[in-house]
Amino acid sequence: MIARVFAALIGLAAAFVAHAVEPLPFKDAAEEQRFQHLARELRCLVCQNQNLADSDAGLAKDLRNEVFEQLRAGKSDDEIKSYLVARYSEFVLYDPPLKASTLVLWFGPFVLLAVGGIAVWLTVRRRAAQNPAPTRAAGEEEDW
Amino acid sequence: MMGRFLPLIGFALIAGLLGFGIYWNKSHDQREVPSPLIGKSAPTFALPLFDDPGKTFGSADLKGEPYLLNVFGSWCPSCVEEHPVIVRYAKELGVKVVGYNWKDDPTDARAWLARFGNPYDVIVVDAESRVAIDFGVYGAPETFLVDGNGVIRLKRIGVLTPDYIEKTLKPAIVALRGGAR
Repeated sequence: MIARVFAALIGLAAAFVAHAVEPLPFKDAAEEQRFQHLARELRCLVCQNQNLADSDAGLAKDLRNEVFEQLRAGKSDDEIKSYLVARYSEFVLYDPPLKASTLVLWFGPFVLLAVGGIAVWLTVRRRAAQNPAPTRAAGEEEDW
Repeated sequence: MMGRFLPLIGFALIAGLLGFGIYWNKSHDQREVPSPLIGKSAPTFALPLFDDPGKTFGSADLKGEPYLLNVFGSWCPSCVEEHPVIVRYAKELGVKVVGYNWKDDPTDARAWLARFGNPYDVIVVDAESRVAIDFGVYGAPETFLVDGNGVIRLKRIGVLTPDYIEKTLKPAIVALRGGAR
């Protein structure tokens, strides 16, 4: 009984997920794949941490339709993206483009990781030199 | 000796970074997307008139005169907050105030305007959100100031406040007149 209820709930949830985003009349799987790929790279501006593919906001739907129509009209991915960037700025791209003002954003984490790694390496090396045999009497105070 | 203070320095740096983050978020609206359209020509449009859907009205009819385009919808809670400000200032701005009824139901919009007042010189309807994408509209309310040459001079994302009108919008309109070509 409980299993059946669970199964029904899961089915219901799946139905909601499937209908969260209205289907578009794709002519083949390749077109759909291209559209989905593009929609994932574009930001929903209303709910800013979602991409266009995931969002159910009204504007996201309008933008999906716009993207779909332009795709149908034979525009390239880059043309569609620059169409939206011209209207909504680069913010509409989910991955910020690599340029001077976004260098810190792209490479900052790696720089920090390298700095941390070097710090750890230096510390470990120094302690190893200071204290070659870590023999410690029981009860001695832990001090690092 | 120096090594003792390293953790403290590290802590101070991180605290400074987080403090800057808090300061930045307080002084900047995170939702505000800078419009790349400022300084560019407003899109050409021709949309049905709210009062007479059989006829269209658009950039051709507004040619040569500056205007304020205010995006609103009866479904939009912030518009209710903004509306009295537009009602109060519309006549003293000295430019045509165009209402842009966005993604709305005509019956709801009519009731909404009857209840809160209609400050607009003319209202156009974009139920399908066709032209709104060209304007880079992503929420309501949004307001554009377009000059006599059809160039977008200002974009306000969010509610128009008396403060914004006095400090930013009015000076911009005055500048339009001074620099009218």
